[in-house]
Amino acid sequence: MALEAPAASGVAGRAKATRVVASHISVPRRVAEIWRSRQLLINLVSTEIRVKYKNSILGLVWSLLAPAMALLVYAIVFGVALKNGYPEFVILLFSGLLAWNLFQTSVLAATGAIVNNAGLVKKVSFPREILALASVGSASVFFFFQACVMVIFLVALHWRPAFGELWLIPVALVPLLVLCSAMAIFLSAVNVYLRDIQHLTEVVVGSAWFWACPIVYSFAHIVEPKLSTHHILGIPLIWIYFLNPMVPIVLTFERVLYAKTGLVPLTTAGHTPTQLLPTWGSMTYVELDAIVLGVSLIFLYVAMVVFGRLAGNFAEEL
Amino acid sequence: MGNIAVEIQDVSKRFRLYHQKYTSLKERVIHAGRTPYTELWALRDVGFEVEEGQTVGILGRNGSGKSTLLKCVCGVLQPTEGQVVVRGKLAGLLELGAGFQPDLTGRQNIYLNGSLLGLAKSDIDKVFDDVVAFAELDQFIDNQVKFYSSGMYVRLGFAVAVNVDPDVLVIDEVLAVGDERFQRKCLDRLKEFQNQGRTIIFVSHSPDQVRAICDQAVVLSDGRMVGHGAPGEAVRIFREHLLEAGDILALGHGDDEAAPADEVGPIAVSTTDSSHPIRITEVTVEHPGTGERPYLITGERLTISLQYSAASITTASFVVEIRDDLSKVLLRTESGDLGAPLEIASGTGTVSFQWATFPFLDGVYHVSAGVEHRAGGRLYDWKESAAKLEVMNPTKNVGLINLPVAVTLVPDR
Repeated sequence: MALEAPAASGVAGRAKATRVVASHISVPRRVAEIWRSRQLLINLVSTEIRVKYKNSILGLVWSLLAPAMALLVYAIVFGVALKNGYPEFVILLFSGLLAWNLFQTSVLAATGAIVNNAGLVKKVSFPREILALASVGSASVFFFFQACVMVIFLVALHWRPAFGELWLIPVALVPLLVLCSAMAIFLSAVNVYLRDIQHLTEVVVGSAWFWACPIVYSFAHIVEPKLSTHHILGIPLIWIYFLNPMVPIVLTFERVLYAKTGLVPLTTAGHTPTQLLPTWGSMTYVELDAIVLGVSLIFLYVAMVVFGRLAGNFAEEL
Repeated sequence: MGNIAVEIQDVSKRFRLYHQKYTSLKERVIHAGRTPYTELWALRDVGFEVEEGQTVGILGRNGSGKSTLLKCVCGVLQPTEGQVVVRGKLAGLLELGAGFQPDLTGRQNIYLNGSLLGLAKSDIDKVFDDVVAFAELDQFIDNQVKFYSSGMYVRLGFAVAVNVDPDVLVIDEVLAVGDERFQRKCLDRLKEFQNQGRTIIFVSHSPDQVRAICDQAVVLSDGRMVGHGAPGEAVRIFREHLLEAGDILALGHGDDEAAPADEVGPIAVSTTDSSHPIRITEVTVEHPGTGERPYLITGERLTISLQYSAASITTASFVVEIRDDLSKVLLRTESGDLGAPLEIASGTGTVSFQWATFPFLDGVYHVSAGVEHRAGGRLYDWKESAAKLEVMNPTKNVGLINLPVAVTLVPDR
């Protein structure tokens, strides 16, 4: 560096950004700082991927084992043992799991992100949100690997997804990533103060929330007929089911990848053809995902505000 | 000049010290609303400005808030009140190698650490070779950092930080890394930074280092700024506060009200009291020319006399320190080390330090004097730069000191 003329000749003249350290920094300002630190985000994600996969292809295979096992178990339990009779059930399962795994991996990893990086948080200054976002980032990379496996599955099983509706995937992916980021930022901050949030998240996101999504069962076959006839305080139960923001996202993935929107003949004998996916048109999915996006954006803003309030004391709480 | 690089605006930081910390939801619910804690203001209304290109030292004894202030400047901690405005890119060296990921190689860590300090990949590409060369790790750069020795670790940390091209560099007592040669290299790099007009803020326990490097210094005591000014003045205030702390420690009762922390005037009235069993009232310099000329001629006899006033019988050792203009200590002598009597009777008296010859060549020298307890390292009194000593060099010799020398010439046959 000393050999470079501009650097050696002085720093007085160059343009300088002003940075303020205060107890409250507005959300737009923090967003700007996160944007400025995007290189750090990329590096943290690649570090996490590198460390996890130990720079090897085999490491990648290992990391795919857990979701593969989940897929296998659900396929055997529901498809074989309980004989739900859905044709190519594994495709329906995989399309839902694909979206779900992105959500679960990022939220679970992000909850501990600040606490696990205490050394960094105490000694180096950078927008702390980056740590939570890095968890979402590495979960996204992981999502990409699983999507590649999904493609192999589709080809191997000669399954034809709805190519005409492929654009719905990004329509669902954007609200999903916003939702993940909001959850990640919120939980990572709260976990610093309430350490058992980690365990709570594992229980809630790890199981209860999963079963509240139409992944191992079909929405149109199981949920819709049962819940639309019941009411609580005059509200149809199906509405409450849709309070789960993951439902529209999972349904969109299934719509595109499983693609059987009509009546499907079940493989088990004695059953009449059944509706597995909703009969909605594409625009219904877009509308539902847009609602999720809107709600997630509000949640993201709230998460940023909460994070901002709590972040000031991270270094002393850890 | 004239541009403000760092503005610290009435920064206060409150810590809550919990007697028992409840960090889970369950415990918080059980102990809702009754978590006992004491409040501690680690910083209270600290405010000063640092001009671009200046080097500021922060002095203070342990627990005075130095590190908290640096953390607030870096943004690791957010101040409870007030704010810090930093113009330009800031690199903080609160701990060397913070953020290194042991499983990554040195090369990957340089990129990771660089981006932690706010560099883009292309910027790191440019300085990469310099970083490796500075850290002297050419052979090991592709080894995982977990196999590095602690020295290699901190060298890499320092090398990254000083190569990120910051406008403001913040350093927390990390200069003592590596061997002497590497330390010198670090100091050289700091000097280079100063010449390039970069701003440096650094914390030190060593007044000598502050005097040697800084343009100005800030003294903190119990979270308050008790001194701000030229390094010499700041060091004097720092010594005074060390003094007060020593008294409080030794006596164990509340003397802190009698000596408010913001009273920073020089010890104009040197009265002894129970907490100051002995005071130095005057420091005088005598040489053969005293009264005729203001200066001493190299090689002359020098006498430095300290007049003291003791309130009670104490065990004390007198100290004389002579420094040059650059604040380098030329000489420090303690009477206790010389076998002089240590028992001081109450009353007043004079202690004289006599040198048969004063060998230093021309210059202006500053004499500081103090009196300390022999055992506990407690400083009873300290007079920073209490007297001035001018020396005239009649010889043609240059350098620091004049030593008698004989020159003989014997040609080889």
